[in-house]
Amino acid sequence: MLLHIDKVSKTYRRKSGDVCALQDVSLDLDAGEFVAVRGPSGCGKSTLLMTTGGLLGPDSGQILFNGKNPYELSPHARAEFRGRSIGFVFQQFHLVPYLDVLDNVLAPSLAVASTSNGVRDRAHDLVKHFGLMKRSHHVPAELSSGERQRTALARALLNEPQLLLADEPTGNLDGKSADTVLSHLQEFAENGGAVLLVTHDERAVPFADRVIHLCEGRIESNGS
Amino acid sequence: MSVWRLVVREINHRRLNFLLSLLSVTVGVACLIGAQTLLKADRVTTGQLLNDRQAEIEIAVAEKQKAVEKAGKELQDAIRKQMLGLGFNVLILPEDQELSELHLNGTMSATMPEQYVDKLAASKIVTVNHLLPSVTKRIHWDERDREIILVGTRGEVPILHRGMKKPLLAEVAPGKIVLGHEIHKQLELKVNDSVTLNGSDFTVSAVHSERGSVDDVTVWINLAAAQELLGMQNLINAILALECECSGDRISQIRAEIVSILPGTQVVEKYSQALTRAEAREKTKQSAEAALAAEEKAGQKLLTQERSARRQLEDRHAGFAAVLTPLVIFASLLMIGLLTFANTRQRTSEIGILCAIGLTTPKIMFVFLSKAAVTGLIGGLCGVGLGLTTGVLLGGLPSNGITLPDLFATGGLLTTVASAPLLALAMTGIASWVPALYAARRDPAAILQGD
Ligand SMILES: Nc1ncnc2c1ncn2[C@@H]1O[C@H](COP(=O)(O)OP(=O)(O)OP(=O)(O)O)[C@@H](O)[C@H]1O
Ligand SMILES: [Mg+2]
Repeated sequence: MLLHIDKVSKTYRRKSGDVCALQDVSLDLDAGEFVAVRGPSGCGKSTLLMTTGGLLGPDSGQILFNGKNPYELSPHARAEFRGRSIGFVFQQFHLVPYLDVLDNVLAPSLAVASTSNGVRDRAHDLVKHFGLMKRSHHVPAELSSGERQRTALARALLNEPQLLLADEPTGNLDGKSADTVLSHLQEFAENGGAVLLVTHDERAVPFADRVIHLCEGRIESNGS
Repeated sequence: MSVWRLVVREINHRRLNFLLSLLSVTVGVACLIGAQTLLKADRVTTGQLLNDRQAEIEIAVAEKQKAVEKAGKELQDAIRKQMLGLGFNVLILPEDQELSELHLNGTMSATMPEQYVDKLAASKIVTVNHLLPSVTKRIHWDERDREIILVGTRGEVPILHRGMKKPLLAEVAPGKIVLGHEIHKQLELKVNDSVTLNGSDFTVSAVHSERGSVDDVTVWINLAAAQELLGMQNLINAILALECECSGDRISQIRAEIVSILPGTQVVEKYSQALTRAEAREKTKQSAEAALAAEEKAGQKLLTQERSARRQLEDRHAGFAAVLTPLVIFASLLMIGLLTFANTRQRTSEIGILCAIGLTTPKIMFVFLSKAAVTGLIGGLCGVGLGLTTGVLLGGLPSNGITLPDLFATGGLLTTVASAPLLALAMTGIASWVPALYAARRDPAAILQGD
């Protein structure tokens, strides 16, 4: 079992009131699996993803990644764990605006020590694989949404993570671009990676091995 | 991918932020360096000005010194030639000669035999070197209708036991006449003119310049002629003894020796004309010395004034720098801090993603502090350039003859300039530390869910 999420709860405590974003959420994910979590806006999808990715500690329950709880690591070690094992893709891309496509893809090499030649070759391969060769020296502002999302995806894959966490990666994309991105995620899973996709987008359903419904922070169905 | 690549790309992307930060550092460092350069320029200028002034004073003093030396030499020369040459002089008079007559009228009525001089010359006298017998009488010059002092002298009488010395005073030759200043001036006589003095004819052989004494109304002729003219054959009024060589109570020694040879005489010290002249020279020397002292004093005063004026200027600049420099540096620090903070706000999304892709807190801080270092280093160098230029211009260089290398010749400024980039580095580091820490500590989850 690559990822074991066990009765995780998360409540945002604010002056204006507490918001219970996740409640006893349990979920297992194996390597090579593509799971889509669907649910309406505000149901806690992004919260689940951050918690899973080691960016947001749960209030209760635990997350085990390869049997280890990342929140038991020091912040420093947890950052390194993220750099090595997890790739993130977001709806807003979060590309570095002043770096061109190739440099954006290379950004994760800032975190993980690797031979510069090896990582450059890999970045090059990824750019080529995602059909961004002609755009490799363009900055994000000069790219289409689909190209930006593919750049973000390539960046997430640079350090060869075991788990890819995608938050609404198709939210801003038209049908064709969304399909391209989803098929790349599928491809990653087929090659042995695990994908946890959170979305309200129905287009994701055919690509996923499993679809889970989340509603008001609770898992409604753990279907296939 | 290295952090430096990220930093350079970011700087290139957000040029305004970078340029403003750079400007802040530059201004801060320029203020420090400018102030230090100006203060150094002040000090060097002061040193040079005072040196120049000192040199001027030394030259003036040296000139005065030369004048003093010259006056001193002239005095010495005068003393050597006239005082030492003459020794000091005594007048040997008949015992019954009233001194008041001599002093009031410049004439003498008591007489003694002319052979006295030969007797003295033949004696073994040791205290006297030259002997001049003379007659001196106040007479009326009939042809010119005026009162004069007539002096008859026969020149020097050699002192036998010593052999003839080089005559100190030439005798007036027979038929010749020497005229005092007043006489030749008023009678408009000059050398080689012929004159008749109470029936005897003479040719003018010399005229004296003004001496301010009875000499000015005196005429000198040969002793024999004078004796004949005055009806004083074989008589004289006085023997002038010159170059008396005695130390200690000289006059009593001389008096004792002379009176033992020539009883019935008195010995009077004669105040020499040479002494008067020497005294005048002594006065010249004294006034030259006074001028030298005054010059030295005036020079010192000028130097003191100049020094205090320069000190005031330097103090004013130093006071200004002491207030302005920390103020500007503080403002620069604040500005850099605010700009770095603004930069972290602009880079929120970037911070979130850097965190998500595994950058640790120190590494994210490193990204911001590296940029601060680049800013600090470049700003520091620009600041040094700007500061030196400003300091040089405000310091009045190079028109005052001082060049930039002069300012670096003695330590201080070089150390400041060399350490300025490091200081700028520290400045930007400190000012960026808090914003960088704030950036690195931000919650990536909140950032990444946001927008
Ligand atoms: N930082 C936060 N502070 C307080 N409440 C929060 C915070 N982030 C999210 N929430 C609340 O928690 C709940 C779950 O939010 P979350 O972002 O996980 O939902 P979501 O399913 O991703 O929504 P969407 O589909 O619109 O992105 C929401 O009600 C939201 O208002
Ligand atoms: Mg969301």
